Amino acid sequence: MNCRQTSPNPDGTLMTPRQPRTAPTRAAEPPAERPAYDLADAHLLPTPEPIQLVTPEGSPVADPRLPMPDTDTLVRAHDLMVQGRRFNDQAHALVRQGRLAVYPSSHGQEACQVAAAMVLEDQDWLFPTYRDTVAAMVKGVDPVQILLLLAGDWHAGYDPYAHCCAPTATPLATQLVHAAGVGYAARVKGERTVVVAMCGDGATSEGDFHEALNFAAVFKAPVIFLVQNNEFAISVPLSRQTAAPSLAAKAIGYGMPGKRVDGNDVAALLAVLGEAVDRARAGEGPTLVEAHTYRMQAHTNADDATRYRSSEAVKEWEPRDPILRSQAHLLSLGAIDDEHATALTQRVEEMAAEMRLGMSAERELDPTVLFDHVFATPTPQLREQRAQLLDELAREEAAK
Amino acid sequence: MSPMPSADSPVPHVEKITVMQALNRAMRDALRHDETVHVLGEDVGTLGGVFRVTDGLTKEFGERCFDTPLAESGIMGFAIGMAMGGLRPIVEMQFDAFAYPAFEQITSHVAKMRNRTKGQVHLPMVIRIPYGGGIGGVEHHCDSSESYYTHTPGLTVVAPSNPADAYHLLRAAIASPDPVIVMEPKRLYWSKAEVDLSRPRPGIGKAAIVREGKDATIIAYGQSVPVALEAAEVAKREGRDLQVVDLRSLVPFDDATVMAAVASTGRAVVVAEAQGFSSFSSEVAARIGERCFHSLAAPVRRVTGFDIPYPPPKLEKHYLVSVDRILDAVDSLQWEDQ
Repeated sequence: MNCRQTSPNPDGTLMTPRQPRTAPTRAAEPPAERPAYDLADAHLLPTPEPIQLVTPEGSPVADPRLPMPDTDTLVRAHDLMVQGRRFNDQAHALVRQGRLAVYPSSHGQEACQVAAAMVLEDQDWLFPTYRDTVAAMVKGVDPVQILLLLAGDWHAGYDPYAHCCAPTATPLATQLVHAAGVGYAARVKGERTVVVAMCGDGATSEGDFHEALNFAAVFKAPVIFLVQNNEFAISVPLSRQTAAPSLAAKAIGYGMPGKRVDGNDVAALLAVLGEAVDRARAGEGPTLVEAHTYRMQAHTNADDATRYRSSEAVKEWEPRDPILRSQAHLLSLGAIDDEHATALTQRVEEMAAEMRLGMSAERELDPTVLFDHVFATPTPQLREQRAQLLDELAREEAAK
Repeated sequence: MSPMPSADSPVPHVEKITVMQALNRAMRDALRHDETVHVLGEDVGTLGGVFRVTDGLTKEFGERCFDTPLAESGIMGFAIGMAMGGLRPIVEMQFDAFAYPAFEQITSHVAKMRNRTKGQVHLPMVIRIPYGGGIGGVEHHCDSSESYYTHTPGLTVVAPSNPADAYHLLRAAIASPDPVIVMEPKRLYWSKAEVDLSRPRPGIGKAAIVREGKDATIIAYGQSVPVALEAAEVAKREGRDLQVVDLRSLVPFDDATVMAAVASTGRAVVVAEAQGFSSFSSEVAARIGERCFHSLAAPVRRVTGFDIPYPPPKLEKHYLVSVDRILDAVDSLQWEDQ
């Protein structure tokens, strides 16, 4: 190669970064005037036992740590759990009929699903995962639209802004950071919005779980992180996710309160989440809530749970079913009766029929939509490719 | 950096500023113009960024230019939420390779949100990434990472090469309804030019012919543009008249300008600092081959970095695109007089 160039760089300089990250870039912070461990922070630790307001048999707990929600609210929660159970079981059946590709059911976790959305107002945001379809329904999203993702029609089948419900998240924990950002934006704009962000026990191992909680705590974002600890991440038990004394115990590491709650006790969930929502709305920052529950069915229809857990282990959880519990409790209060149950059954069967109808309908899918929302304005290249597809389709049509 | 007047003023005002000052001014003007604009990142607050690109913004705008915890995925995800919540965040990734922890957030969420919600949720956010080498930086500080982003549908990617484009492309990025990645040429942060920022520039999606020439077309972007221009200057002394195209916008790609330019000369060399294999420069070369084949007098050549991890400072001169390498490539374009 000839040496026609005279200087090492075109502008004749050899620049060096003034502050590469490998060099110290921050002035040292003044030492904080607090002991290494402040006993005043102990209130951030969760209670040794999960908070419970109603026993599995349906009796109120003698010494509740929180006030019992009012009976009307409990009846509404019960009805929604029954509706949620029907949603789960109908969706499960739709997979067997080939209408849905797959369904990750929250059967047995309906108390968490219902409470997560019930504690929110219309303008509050919910960030659900793929297993939180019932929570999305309780937030107001149409059941058929929720299932369009799993039916294979489109990635998100509903308008997230219509009910302040983010698309159900498929990657783990990534949505938790978005939730923190939405909470921050609301705080900056002076809105009263709070956010409930959901994940499972497996997701707590992800880096984004840590980053989300840390960001939310540092910026006092009004976010409630609800971890449904259902003991399995597909096949892997909780003991492979963490050696922490509890998932809620992680909260103190971020400087936020951590709460353990019986995840099959909808009364306790409403009370604990409601308190966390009030706290967030008052500007006091985020809370981590760990709900102890159990995944009663396989991860999805495509999973074989007998390969990694015994049916005896699953049976142990059957008497702790959230709907049986709330039913026993409300019957003992005289808040529901046979007439109520009959009307409720009719309502949820109507919903199930709508789900079947919605999923059986031949929905016209326009393939050109594939190009229409990649950018606000399609690039010249996408316009070319869209025209190519239209041409292919026209030729296919002509050949018929 | 002293406070500067707003470039939003229609009054013509010629001044000599650096790329870094132009970027700073773009953010300052946007922050003044639109209260939903926020700047976030590592050290962007009190310090003003490790390269000082956000200098003075926290002083003027308070918490609207703020330091975050040191976690790139968190920064990116947080900005996604801010955008969903109605703000226009500008994220600074401190260095090219430090953006990799945010890769999932960028490729799975920033890029896809509009599409997966059929346009109902869009993310008007800007990701600023100082990229490239030639600054004597140690490992992980000198990557040219643009091809990861140009390969991802849903991301707009721009790469300014001079102060005027730095200002106007960043303003356009902030105003865009879509997420835009601004690949900032860190070696050119301190390079100056006389500019009149009140004069409009071509928008995102438009390439510019920055030097007219009739013998061959050099296509470059970002910090390779000054190298291409210098090569053209040397070539002129040797009797070759080289045209130089500054792509400015990688996505959307300006096929029209590039193909017209190449058709006018019949010879093309694509120049990029990034490793060449499976890179954005490969895409440019392929497009020219597909669209200009019958205008070409010679195969399209590429001048890129070697397919090796970016070298340590004492060896980087062997890696970087040079005037010599560009001229050698031009020499190989099957000239009839040879």
